[in-house]
Amino acid sequence: MQQARSAPILRVQDLAIAYETRKGDVAAVRNVSFEIRRGETLGIVGESGCGKSTVAFGIVNFLGRNGRITNGRIIFQGQDLVGRSEEELRRLRGDRIAMVYQDPMQALNPSLRIGEQLSEVLVVHRGMKRKEAEDRCIQMLQRVYMPDPANVMRRYPHQLSGGQQQRVVIAMALLNDPALLIMDEPTTALDVTVEAAVLDLVEELQKDFDTAIMYISHNLGVIARVSDRVGVMYAGELVERASVEEVFLRPHHPYTQGLMRCVPRLGMDKASSYLYPIKGRVPPPDHLPPGCIFEPRCPYARPECCQSRPELRQVADGHWARCLFAEEVAQSAWAPPEEVPVRLPVAQATADEKPLLRVRNARTYYEVPSRQIMGRKQVVKAVDGVSVEVRRGQTLGIVGESGCGKTTLVKTIVGMEKPTGGEFEFMGVDISVPVAQRSVEVIRNLQMVFQNPDSTLNPSFSVGQQIAWPLRRFRKVPRNQVRAEVVRLLEMMKLGERYYDRLPRQLSGGEKQRVGIARAIAGLPALVLCDEPVSALDVSVQAAVLNLLLEIQAGLGTTMVFIAHDLSVVRFFCDYIAVMYLGHVVEFGPAEAIYAPPYHPYTEALLSAVPFPDPTVEQKSIRLSGTVPSALNPPSGCRFHTRCPRKLGDICERETPPWQEAGNGHRIFCHIPLDELRKVEAVVVAPRKNEN
Amino acid sequence: MTVAADLDQTYSARKRKWRRAWDSVSIIFRSRVAVVGLSVVFFWVLVAIFAPILAPHSPFAQDSSAVNQGPSALYPLGTDQLGRDILSRLIYGSRTILLLAPISVLCSVALGTLLGLIGGYYGGLIDEVVMRILDAIMAFPTILLYLIIISAIGPSALNVVLAITFVGAPGIARLVRSLTLDIRARDFVAAAKLRGDSDWRIMFVEILPNARGPLIIDAMLRVGYAIFAIGTLGFLGLGLPPPTPDWGGMINEARKYIWTNPLGVLWPAIAISSLVVGLNLFADGLREETTRYQ
Repeated sequence: MQQARSAPILRVQDLAIAYETRKGDVAAVRNVSFEIRRGETLGIVGESGCGKSTVAFGIVNFLGRNGRITNGRIIFQGQDLVGRSEEELRRLRGDRIAMVYQDPMQALNPSLRIGEQLSEVLVVHRGMKRKEAEDRCIQMLQRVYMPDPANVMRRYPHQLSGGQQQRVVIAMALLNDPALLIMDEPTTALDVTVEAAVLDLVEELQKDFDTAIMYISHNLGVIARVSDRVGVMYAGELVERASVEEVFLRPHHPYTQGLMRCVPRLGMDKASSYLYPIKGRVPPPDHLPPGCIFEPRCPYARPECCQSRPELRQVADGHWARCLFAEEVAQSAWAPPEEVPVRLPVAQATADEKPLLRVRNARTYYEVPSRQIMGRKQVVKAVDGVSVEVRRGQTLGIVGESGCGKTTLVKTIVGMEKPTGGEFEFMGVDISVPVAQRSVEVIRNLQMVFQNPDSTLNPSFSVGQQIAWPLRRFRKVPRNQVRAEVVRLLEMMKLGERYYDRLPRQLSGGEKQRVGIARAIAGLPALVLCDEPVSALDVSVQAAVLNLLLEIQAGLGTTMVFIAHDLSVVRFFCDYIAVMYLGHVVEFGPAEAIYAPPYHPYTEALLSAVPFPDPTVEQKSIRLSGTVPSALNPPSGCRFHTRCPRKLGDICERETPPWQEAGNGHRIFCHIPLDELRKVEAVVVAPRKNEN
Repeated sequence: MTVAADLDQTYSARKRKWRRAWDSVSIIFRSRVAVVGLSVVFFWVLVAIFAPILAPHSPFAQDSSAVNQGPSALYPLGTDQLGRDILSRLIYGSRTILLLAPISVLCSVALGTLLGLIGGYYGGLIDEVVMRILDAIMAFPTILLYLIIISAIGPSALNVVLAITFVGAPGIARLVRSLTLDIRARDFVAAAKLRGDSDWRIMFVEILPNARGPLIIDAMLRVGYAIFAIGTLGFLGLGLPPPTPDWGGMINEARKYIWTNPLGVLWPAIAISSLVVGLNLFADGLREETTRYQ
């Protein structure tokens, strides 16, 4: 047994993969070596475009027509897979490698029932009888905690939720009892609570089936939770490889260290800490620096670093790093670069002032046509009785899972949706009317930053033109000074004048987002609503954009409403937080109060689900059962009662809960007495202070 | 500073603009199909421009001693039933067709774009009304529509343009509408809306420029259709009034003498089809290249 454990299932040696393009071959992956043993999870982490998925596709020989392995060996269960024909590969690999992708809808055939798709695997690969195969499938669905598996077998993929679909895909992957399971961002498209349940499942299956798992993710928190060992990839190379504790607590490569400093840690907030983005950007694969690939961005770079490419070498027991000075890098205390302030001046709000934005009992309903002919129109209560307020200079964070109504609330505030009822007051003016009926002054003071960097800018106009238009429209500067003002804004965004004539397609995601921010603040608005402004960005870019928003806030005194699903980011960025569930705000209060007891039971569950980028964090495991009920027909009484782990009884189903004041503006929307809620232990505990 | 950024800085802003313009033009030369198409079209454009120099005779000059003749040294492509030089009429005919076809397509693009933008952007009842009217127009066979319109308002250059505009607009409106539906859901349109920009600005500045790619290619194909349409109308005697040199009309007139002088039909037919095929090849090649790099 010991012998079997130590033999690696997969050993990748010096793997290099190139893609043929119009400009010639581009080496997407170079010099990648790692191994995965039975019952072990290797996490591969890195930013987008660093070659994580290419490695995975290389292993399963799925590189597409223009990709090929140019060097190295992939030894799976003692056999080299490189250079074999399709037929040989099929024989060697057989059904022993399974893969789970990011989007479960892509992996499932939409026109076949779940049962047919699952049992087909066994009928084809194992030659099982139909009936027998179906029984096995039901067992497997039970194994992945699918509720009511016999019923699920008869459904089509679109009738399942995203989390359930991903469970089906995982069950399908496990049906063949694979020796190696490759998971490529399997939870990225899922909500945090669903993600937590899927991660639990992965952990458990790995123990029970003794499978080797290669887990690819860009999310440091997820990697910290699932991995035994971690490989960090940068620009097509593996730069560090070690056990999960080593990588997260004693990173030896400057890039790994940089990544760690980009993500807000547990309990960090903007008043006491700063996120340090990595300077520069990832070099394109056809313009690699001659020496160490990280050298142009490395804070420790020395002349030696430019001369030759460092090898991946063992720097401590089982800890490999691709850096000439890894030992020194790990030892030396990192000094923040001088040009960034250690602490940002945080805008202080005066308490007695009237709120800048006050929303009372806001309701936004949508009508959807009935499914039956001549049936009554149904009403989706996307936002139903929400009251929040923001004071000048403060940041309100709105968190909640998809479908909780946070985006609808913001759209109603900016006037893109018509409210069904409630009071909306902004700068003392009623704004419960659509944009067209608002005064220019209100419009100028209420601007928005969008989530998707690819659609936030008009592809047909240059950066300068797009920032100049709001300046002209709001007449903030004289006509002949517009260009100068645009350049000033670009410099404020740390982009500079040379971006003036560029088109959006020539910018990276982070740069597009900065231009989007510049466009929003061009008219010096009092309130900026940010709808997930950083969730589509890589962590190092994310840190830079968050810093930028903080600087704007400190410099211009801008008030912000910040929607996000990443709770560490919200904790870091916001002064007040509203937690939303199914159209209601269930908890509202100062950021630090939300993250400590007393909690609303939903907040408690959310916090227990967030993956923190620290393997030593102790977290309670509270998993919500079932799925979010439909907003077409929300549950009576407390909307959370169908999934609440602390449900009291009938009262939760019958009566709308009261707002309980926990002091300091902290309100909880729950029947459970405050004293009871106060007794709950903290969900997340960091065992000790980290070096960073 | 990364390598890419360094490279960018070495170009001055003006150089970069030129480069960008050249990049978009050079797409054409990457596709052999587009180059072949473009050269055929270019040939006819040159012929139209230099018609007075190229034509050996006046297109109206009649030579009663040489009626319905085959090719000779004096008349390289022969003569028609009135003894006019076919080559000269073909050369001058290219002027008519290369003027009328683009103008009528331009008009139908303008009308169709306007309707498509309005329908797609506003949606709801407005969209429903506009689109159903256009559907009704499209329900008629195109040739029938041309006949009805021209016989109602009479044959003339202006009326040919009007007819082609009217018949072509619904198709363009549908294309623009579907593009608008896609583009209006993007965030930059939302940003414009909550900036309080007018609907006209959003439609023509935010949405329309992003629909230009497919629109240009569609328009190019439509120039080909318009040439067909002008040819057809000419053939049916509903095109330009004689004696204007008109390719369709030339086929119609030569048709009666097809047994004595078959070349009289052949030359204008070759002219029409070469120009249409050239345009189609050009549009197809362009479409292939642009979609490949999106």
